[in-house]
This record gives sequence, structure tokens and C-alpha cells, in this order.
Amino acid sequence: MTTETTPVIPLPVGAARALTAVGALATAASAFLAWTWTADFPGDLTVTGYPGGLQWLTLTAGLVTLVLALASYGVPGLRWTSPSGSDNGLLYAAFGGAAVTWFTIIAIATDLGGLANLEPGGWIAGLASLAALAGALGLPVDRHPKGSSWGLRLAKSDRPLPTARQLPSSVEVLLIVAAFAVGLFAITFGIDTEYGELFAGYLILTAFVVAALSKSGLLPRLRALTIKHRPVATGAAFAAAAGFPFTQSSDQYTSVAANILIFATVALGLNIVVGLAGLLDLGYVAFLGVGAYAAALVSGSPASPIHVQFPFWAAMLTGAAASMIFGVLIGAPTLRLRGDYLAIVTLGFGEIFRITMNNLNGTTGPKITNGSNGIPRIPDLEILGFNLGQKHMVAGVELGRFSNYYLLMLIVTAFVVLVFARVGNSRIGRAWVAIREDETAAEAMGINGFRLKLLAFALGACLAGLAGTVQAHVSYTVTPDQYTFAEALPPNSAFLLAAVILGGMGTISGPLVGATLLFLVPKKLEFLSNYQLLAFGITLIILMRVRPEGMIANRRAKLEFHEADIPAQSSPPSETALTKTGA
Amino acid sequence: MSTTTSAPVLEARGVTMKFGGLTAVNNVDLTVNAGEIVGLIGPNGAGKTTFFNCLTGLYVPTEGSVSYRGTVLPPKPHLVTQAGIARTFQNIRLFANMTVLENVLVGRHTRTKEGLFSAILRGPGYHRAEAASRQRAMELLEFTGLAAKADHLARNLPYGEQRKLEIARALASDPGLLLLDEPTAGMNPQETNAAEQLVFAIRDLGIAILVIEHDMKFIFNLCDRTAVLVQGQKIVEGDKETVQNDERVVTAYLGAPLETATSTDEQAEDAT
Repeated sequence: MTTETTPVIPLPVGAARALTAVGALATAASAFLAWTWTADFPGDLTVTGYPGGLQWLTLTAGLVTLVLALASYGVPGLRWTSPSGSDNGLLYAAFGGAAVTWFTIIAIATDLGGLANLEPGGWIAGLASLAALAGALGLPVDRHPKGSSWGLRLAKSDRPLPTARQLPSSVEVLLIVAAFAVGLFAITFGIDTEYGELFAGYLILTAFVVAALSKSGLLPRLRALTIKHRPVATGAAFAAAAGFPFTQSSDQYTSVAANILIFATVALGLNIVVGLAGLLDLGYVAFLGVGAYAAALVSGSPASPIHVQFPFWAAMLTGAAASMIFGVLIGAPTLRLRGDYLAIVTLGFGEIFRITMNNLNGTTGPKITNGSNGIPRIPDLEILGFNLGQKHMVAGVELGRFSNYYLLMLIVTAFVVLVFARVGNSRIGRAWVAIREDETAAEAMGINGFRLKLLAFALGACLAGLAGTVQAHVSYTVTPDQYTFAEALPPNSAFLLAAVILGGMGTISGPLVGATLLFLVPKKLEFLSNYQLLAFGITLIILMRVRPEGMIANRRAKLEFHEADIPAQSSPPSETALTKTGA
Repeated sequence: MSTTTSAPVLEARGVTMKFGGLTAVNNVDLTVNAGEIVGLIGPNGAGKTTFFNCLTGLYVPTEGSVSYRGTVLPPKPHLVTQAGIARTFQNIRLFANMTVLENVLVGRHTRTKEGLFSAILRGPGYHRAEAASRQRAMELLEFTGLAAKADHLARNLPYGEQRKLEIARALASDPGLLLLDEPTAGMNPQETNAAEQLVFAIRDLGIAILVIEHDMKFIFNLCDRTAVLVQGQKIVEGDKETVQNDERVVTAYLGAPLETATSTDEQAEDAT
């Protein structure tokens, strides 16, 4: 893969760099001006001297661009932000600044009816961000040679990073902790966005900043650090996630976060079935349903025909076991099928579950589930005398009902992550990947294909059931219509599969990120109303076109890109090999 | 090598495979003794690979039985491998998106037994077994000369090394018999020569080998015995001279001399 380093717009390099830096500074400064005359636009952009709402995003973009531009000048003390030495990161940051600023301007114009509603500050911001972008386009960036691709032809392959300066171990650990703190802040900001415009701007900015920092080499370097200190990184990630409820003053967003965790955990379970074993399951949400129904039936709800109240650990085991049995029952007859046939059969079973729950209502079947009314009034959990439904003061912060369930769910998620990580990298996990790659060859290597596929199915079902037991308590009520194939809101089978594929098959963080996005986007962009599914579809198509391996590429996919840089060599006749016959 | 050991490693008796009206393999007997390299040759479409698939459980033979060291094999590929027969494929079937080392580790599957709970709990036994598997896999990669590429993706290996990796993966199941399906197809003379040395080295480990091949020079250099399969039937079996001098083999490969052409055509029709 050859690249050339040329500017997109021919400009003198010195002028281009200066234009970028000045433009970025002006963009950041313009966030302090008034952009519009009325406070009708959400976030109040009328105050001079203090940024509000979307202006914070422009300010961030401007500052990131400015820092990268100064690093491009070689200003000492900032060069660490761009270890790769490539200006591609700077270009992405400038793009992000222009995109988020112009998004704001267009949003003001459409919300308030016309560009006349802009104050001079808005125009200054728009022009400054465009100036920075024009400057960045004049910088020499890594591109594909002419004719190999269309558009900007920005090169995908990363430059080899120079070896990092040796830092003391404690400093590296501190850097990881700091990075996760920034991550927690960014995610908290996203979940807490109060109106759709701000969330859309946030998504745009995040996408560009992540791209910019990964091109500048900062993110790859951070990733190397987390791999070096894996236990610390895992602990920091868990601590950052656990810290979320402590940043919240009400239950408004912790309920969203708890549901994100449920959705993400189920997606991770599905990733075992789809990502590792390669079995396309289109009815996976049914396993979440089985877990939830099982937990609801033994929860002591007055609507449950079984008048028992299991302690939580027993309810959890019941839910997981019921789901696993259901998985085996579905898997045993169907797993002899391959590919498309299996997908269709699982789709059918997913629907059978929902319809059966509808019919066990006492008139069209035995009275177990109350049909479409579901099982309401599921009591709150009480674990070791700690009632999750009540507010508690922890470390000076009041944790509400959803905060409690969020923390409980976080433990379940951590458990599922642990299971996924350990099983994926073991004899069983390798056998699953082998079956996904070539089932015939895998069987010829001594793998009992049917049994291992059944195991993947059962384990996936069991983990989804585990999440289901918590979900039943979080949502008070379990109804059949929560477990459909496709709907505008997650969790449903189609969204689960999309989360896995969008995030990255076979990885842990992939489905977690994918699920978070797929949950937040429809929730936050409610103003799109009827166009929500259309927008979702278009986004999916664009993402798959730009990044088919998913947002977080799996280790093997990464290796593939890495090896693509090494020119393929023909095999030399290896006489030396035979002198080493020591085995 | 000592060919006088007691029970044969592989004993196929009257193996017949019919696909509807087509008899692909017809009543074939074949024996492989310990320490032997046996060749199986025949023109394209003679049924060699079908016969291999019958031996390894991919196909259930219509008639006949296959036994390994005196025990009749069940017709399930993974049980055949567990019993001690490993194979490679004519068109390379590696796990393309796994690394070279992982490919070989998958080959260890039948010789290890760490299950789901062991993988989740990760006790000392698990770590010991995993380390032993890795060590054995690395030994095999050293043996085939791929150790330096252990962390590469299988798909990115050059062709000749993919063949070697398939052999290393098959050897990982500690087989008593290795079935090689056209191991030198598409190789240049140096690579073929290296493959020949590799097969001898495997034989010296005490593993019997049955090999399908089109390259006559390769087969006659390598094999103690060669069987010829034509239109599903074994027509002759023996050492180099017996096979090379057999008129039916020459006819099968090159066609009959003009005057007897019609009669062989009739024979061919009878056979199907």
C-alpha cells in the first residue's frame, strides 16, 4: 500500500499551517460570542462571554484543532498529542470543527426559520471554522496516489509510530486512569444531552475527534498502554462505569444508562453466538424474554400464578437456567442446519416465543403469563437487606432506584465480559472460531461441530437470560411486546444484531459501544419521529461502507491490516526447516 | 522401516460408495501398515478423494468397513480424528482468519479436554494444559519450519507454507496415520522436494502415511507401495516396478493402443 503526502488544495505549507492555527483559535474564541438573538433555540446561544449548549462543542473542536496545529508546528510540550507526525489528524479535527459549527448554524436556521436569526457571532464562527478547514486542506496529508480511489483519497494505513519514550510504570498507570476519566466525562456528556440537536452535534464531534486522535497516533499509543497494563485498564474501565451514577443528580438518565447496560450485555451474549461461532441468530431477544419471564414468575408479583418469592440469587439462576434450557431446546433440532436456513428457523422461534407468551392468557391457553397484559407490579429487589427500590446515600451522593439497578447490572455486565474474554481465548473459543471459518475442516480436526454449536447457543442464551432477570425488575412489568424482531426502539433482535455488527464482531468493546450508540440515538433523536428508522438505515449503510469490520476491529482484523503493509513475499525453498526436525 | 509389526494401522475392506446410480468407489480394499508410506494414484475422477472421504468419516460408505488398528471406525469425522487418523485437503482448508499458531492449536482439540467451566474458572490445571498445548504446537511449527510466522494470519501465508501449515495442523492431533490429499498440487520443483523431505521426516516420527498424488516422480520416490484407482476400482497394488509395468495402468493414463481401443471402451462402460 503506497501513499503520497500531498495537500488537497495547493497552498504554501507555511501559509496553510498558519491559516489552520489562526482559524482554529478564532473558532474556539467565537464560541464565546452570541450566535443568535433569541433564547428560543435550546441551549441559549445568546450570551456573549460564556459558551452554551452547542457552542461548547465548537469550543472543544476548535481547541483540539488548535492543539494539533501547534503540535504540527513542533511546539515543545504539545508534540505528544501527535506522535505519528501525520497531518491527517489535524485535517479530521478541522473537519469536525467545521461540521459541528455548520450543523449548529443550519439547526438555528431551521429551528427559528431562516439565517436572519443568526447574530454576527454565528457568522464569525462559521467562517473561522471554514478557514481552519481550508488551511488543513492545504497541508501535506497522507493520501492514496491518484486514481486508486475517489474524493479526498485520505490514506487509511497508519504510519508506523516512533517508539514511545520510556515512562515510569506509575506514570503510565496515571495516564490510563486519566484517559478513562476523560472517557467517562465524554460518555456522561452524551447521555446527559437534553435535546436532540445537542446530541447530534455531540455525535458528529465525537466521530471526528476520535478519527483525528487515532490518525494523530494518540489513541493507538493509548491502546498500547492499556494492553501493557491490562488489569489496570480493565479496573479503570469498570471504575469509570461505576462512577457514572455519582455524576447524576436525578434518575432521569440513570434509567437510560441501566437500560443501555442491559441491551449491551445481551448484545455481548449474542456476540458469542454470531461473532465467535458464526451462527446467525435472528430471534435472540427471545432468550432475554425467557429470563425476564422466569424472573417475573418467581418474583412474588401478585399477577404471577406462582405465588413464591425467590431470593434474588435464586431468581437469577432460575432465569439463566430457563433461558439455557430454551436455548438447548431450540438448538438441538435446528443446529444441524447451516447458514441462511438456521437464520430463518431462529427468526421463527423468536416469534413463536412472543406469540406463545401472548396466548398463555387463560382463554387461548393455560393462564400463566396474562397474555398481552404481561406480568405487572414486579417488586423491587432486596439484596442482603439493601432495597434497590429506595434511595440511599453513598459517599455523600444520593443514589436512586435506577442508580442501584445500574450498579447491579454493571456487575452482571462485568461477569458476562469475563466469561466472554476467558471462553473466547480458550480451547472452546478457538473451536468456535474454527467452526465459523470452515465447519468441515473443523470436524476433520476432531471438533464435534454439533455439540460445540449447541454449547455456544446455550451459553449465549444463558447470558441473555441473566440480563433478563434484571430487566424484569428494572422495568416493573414484563409483556410479550417487549421482545419483538424489529421495532423502532431497542432491545429487539434486529437491533441486537446491528449492535454486534456495527460495533465489531468477535470483540468485547465492539458490541458494548454499538449497543450504547443504538440505544442512545433513537432515544435522543426523537425529533426525527417518522424518519427515525430511515435515518437509522442510512447511518447503517454509511457505516458499513466506510468501516465494514465494525467500529472496533477485532484483533485478527487488525492483524490483517498490519500485515497488508508488509509486501507479500514468495516462499523461499526452506531447507533449513528440515534440519530442525527435533519434534 | 519395520513393516512386520502386528496389526495394520489402516484396513479398508470392500469400501463401496454410491451416489444414486453412480458408483464412485467400488469394493476397494486397502491396507496401510505401521511405518509405511502408501500412495494412491489414478486419473482425474477415479474416486481417490471420495475414497479418502469414506476413510475419514465425511461420507458414510454404502458398503464395507474401515478399521484403525483393529477397531472399526464410526462414520463421524471428529471420532475418526480422535481415533488417530488426521488428514489434509486437496483444496487447502485452513482457518483463514486465525493465526498460524491458533490453527495448530485447533488441531490439538481432541488431545485436550478443558471444557467451558475450566476456561471460565482458569484454575492451575487449565494453565498447565494450555501451556502444554502451546508448547506442542510450537514444536510442530518448528518441525514444519513455520515457527517464525506463528503470529501471522493463515490467509497471508504463501501457498507452499499454507500446505505445510495444513500438515502441521493435522499432526497436532497426534495421529497414527496421516492422509495427504495431493500435498504437492501447484508447487514448484523445489517446494515439491521440500514436501518430500517433510513426508519422510513425518514417517520417521512413526506415523504411517497414505498419500494421493498426481506427480508420479514424487509418488514413486516416496512410497513403499502404490495402489492405482481407476473408475472407482483398485486395479493394481504393489511397488514401483509392478505399477509402472502394469499395462492397465498405462492404458488408464495414456489410453489404449489403437487396435484395442474399442474393447477398453466396452470395459469402461461395464465398470460404470
